[in-house]
Amino acid sequence: MAVSADTVQQVASLAEQKYKYGFFTDIDHVQAPKGLSEDIVRFISAKKGEPEWLLEWRLRAYRHWLEMKEPDWARVDFPKIDYQDLYYYSAPKSKDDGPKSLDEVDPELLKTYEKLGIPLSEQEVLAGVRNVAIDAVFDSVSVATTFKARLEKEGVIFGSFSDAVKNHPELVRKYLGSVVPPTDNYFAALNSAVFSDGSFAYIPKGVRCPMELSTYFRINAAQTGQFERTLIIAEEGAYVSYLEGCTAPMRDENQLHAAVVELVALDDAEIKYSTVQNWYPGDADGVGGIYNFVTKRGACRGRNSKISWTQVETGSAITWKYPSCILQGDNSVGEFYSIAITNNMQQADTGTKMIHLGRNTRSRIISKGISAGRAQNTYRGLVRMGPKAEKARNHTVCDSLLIGDRCGAHTVPYIESQNASARVEHEATTSKVSEDQLFYCRQRGIDEEDALSLIVNGFCKEVLQQLPMEFAVEAQKLVGISLEGSVG
Amino acid sequence: MTNRPEGLRARYLAAFPKTLDALPGAELGWLRSLRESALARFADLDLPEPRVEDWKYTNLRPLKASDLAVPANDSASADAPSGLPRFGDGARLVFVNGRLDAAASSPALPAGARLLSLGAALAETPDLLESDLGRLVPWQGEGVLALNTAFMRDGYVLAIDPGVEIETPIEIVFHGGAASHAAWHVRNVIRLGEGARATVIESHVGAPDAAYFSNPVTEIFAGPSSALRHYRIQDESIKAQHLAHVAAELAEKADMESFVLTLGAALSRNEIRVAIEGHHVECKLNGIYLQRGTQHSDNTTVIDHKVGDGRADEVYKGVLDDRASGVFQGRFIVREDAQKTDANQQSRAILLSPKARADAKPELEIFADDVKCSHGATIGELDEEPLFYLRARGIDTDTARALLVEAFLRDAIEKITCEPVREAFGKRVEDWIRAEKEGS
Repeated sequence: MAVSADTVQQVASLAEQKYKYGFFTDIDHVQAPKGLSEDIVRFISAKKGEPEWLLEWRLRAYRHWLEMKEPDWARVDFPKIDYQDLYYYSAPKSKDDGPKSLDEVDPELLKTYEKLGIPLSEQEVLAGVRNVAIDAVFDSVSVATTFKARLEKEGVIFGSFSDAVKNHPELVRKYLGSVVPPTDNYFAALNSAVFSDGSFAYIPKGVRCPMELSTYFRINAAQTGQFERTLIIAEEGAYVSYLEGCTAPMRDENQLHAAVVELVALDDAEIKYSTVQNWYPGDADGVGGIYNFVTKRGACRGRNSKISWTQVETGSAITWKYPSCILQGDNSVGEFYSIAITNNMQQADTGTKMIHLGRNTRSRIISKGISAGRAQNTYRGLVRMGPKAEKARNHTVCDSLLIGDRCGAHTVPYIESQNASARVEHEATTSKVSEDQLFYCRQRGIDEEDALSLIVNGFCKEVLQQLPMEFAVEAQKLVGISLEGSVG
Repeated sequence: MTNRPEGLRARYLAAFPKTLDALPGAELGWLRSLRESALARFADLDLPEPRVEDWKYTNLRPLKASDLAVPANDSASADAPSGLPRFGDGARLVFVNGRLDAAASSPALPAGARLLSLGAALAETPDLLESDLGRLVPWQGEGVLALNTAFMRDGYVLAIDPGVEIETPIEIVFHGGAASHAAWHVRNVIRLGEGARATVIESHVGAPDAAYFSNPVTEIFAGPSSALRHYRIQDESIKAQHLAHVAAELAEKADMESFVLTLGAALSRNEIRVAIEGHHVECKLNGIYLQRGTQHSDNTTVIDHKVGDGRADEVYKGVLDDRASGVFQGRFIVREDAQKTDANQQSRAILLSPKARADAKPELEIFADDVKCSHGATIGELDEEPLFYLRARGIDTDTARALLVEAFLRDAIEKITCEPVREAFGKRVEDWIRAEKEGS
């Protein structure tokens, strides 16, 4: 009713233009041989000069992975992945010599990030433009980290995962795999075996991180999987806000991205983790695009700790992602704010798990799913109240919006309570953009596309306002762009 | 225990060849092959494990490992005891241990309506059942249903001709007698012609402490503009296992109201699957489950909107005490083009004891855009504030809690549109709450 039949054509014509990050940077790179074996795991580990224990850790994960089966319970449909037909390591050549500072970074790379709207120069901050430290990850390696010195002054460690292994092995060893064990699931095991780089952040006791930390992930090389590993530790009373962004070139092939993110919050610590995921979603016919199979989990280990996930998921051909909180510490808080937009042939199966173990733990879930074109969008979530979760609370709101009559929106919440004093409340709705709202906007001279963007932004407002300001502006635009062409 | 060779599946497989000839309709080729295919599926599937998604929260391992006897071949049925539930003076069939007790039954209905046992129906009018028996039940994919389809015996067949309205509620009683360790697999069929109307009340009861496995499966074919009220009270013996499945197909403008009151059984599951095949259908599925001790109750519903303009309404409420556990799984499917569907679901559970547990999985699966679908689920304890308010007015804690539980369940009871049933079920709920109050 709401959407006329030529929607599909409209979408098709626009899909090609709208992904503005689809370019490819021609840069010399070194790759591991194609395929996956113990030798490749050893190759990656050697390439990064890792200590023996980490190699062993990888190999254990790899051997376990060999015995696991790819999960099939998610509502996503894709041809079988040939894990031997991928490159597991790819790095820009210049990295081999190791740039010592930003000045030594390959200008091609700097240009790439410039083009993506992520300038890696530190000057701008002086002009008050941005106050964000950025770790830029290009294919398998971190190419640059800004504001390291400034952060070090506060005792904050922020940089690539590889550097952390070299410089702070005791921290990495203590926390790596402690939230997402290498055997957790198929993709986490794969990641544990072949992860290449990622970001590491450590905020010492009592420190409020002076700026936002950000990682920008870029897949560039063809037929390459990206397996990054992120570990963020907030010690007692620490606070950090972390942002993550991602893009990839437009290609006809599907590329695999299987990341693992682990967060640890000790007593009174807070971690705010925001993602704008804009991997290449494939074209209007579902050709190409990233398979985004990600395991993200935070452990609220300490009393009064807090972990908040905010995600804007607009990209990827397939998304399989459930950022979760394990609420161990008494009075700890977990939050999940999500916007998942699927258009054309995209498929997303995403949600969260809130595992309440401690007393007075609280969680809040707000999920907004928007489905257009022929896309399938599923919210899948778990709220579990353990036997000791006295007076724990959860409130969940899942709203789905359908644009067009050939898409799907699904809600699959699991609610489990083993504590009488715990309270779980869940509500979900599914509806469409109302004719009335559209008409009202049109009547005031707003064209249909803008009207839709306006309405959808309103629908998403509760989540958008959780984002750090700069990201929010970006995300708001993205919401509009992702739905371009979905009204006729 | 689970792996011992004489597990439930092995005993059923061994008994089948001997039983087949004694089952109703043994001379009907189509039925024989249906039973044989179903048995082959059961041999593959066995009873579901919790890793089967639909059975995630209900564990049948104890049942699998139990030493339940397979249904006996003899045709003798035990006599119905006195004091079985009675709601009015309408037609009534009584089944004891899954077999019709003709002496205790009074099946007479006005012209245009028939009530008889499955065995009698297969003997008299097999053609009426051939195309439909087993059609609505997905026995190919699930062990419990495959088992029932292979061994189905007795049960009731209610057929109402187009335009015929039966005012007085029709009563069916399934009684589990003291003969312990038995199992029965009844199959019921309700068929309403265009514009037909009927009310059916099923009572599932048992002798105290009788340990048996009751596995009733019901297929409902509701014709255009027909109206069915299907009420069930499950008050089986506290040692019984009760796995019930209702599959319904609703034609245009059909109206179905279902209510299940779950009180008894050690473990029970009420699964209802409704396929909406015509426009402007109304489907109301409601229920209450009250469990204590180590009881486990599972209410699973699926409403599949295959075409548009349908309305579905669902309210399930549970109260769980001691170490009892309750499950609610409710799924709405809205297919492509099933536009203008309006579906709402509420599931709420109250835990009265620290060891009780509740699980809920409300699901929406939507493929059409012009729809209004929602669900709400809550699990928690009684609100402190009203409790405090009542206490402040001099009402003791137990009375106050009982009042609040009653208030919590009231709106679900009110959903029952048939007055004698509403009163009778309401009374059973009150009894349960009173026992709760006295027990605490």
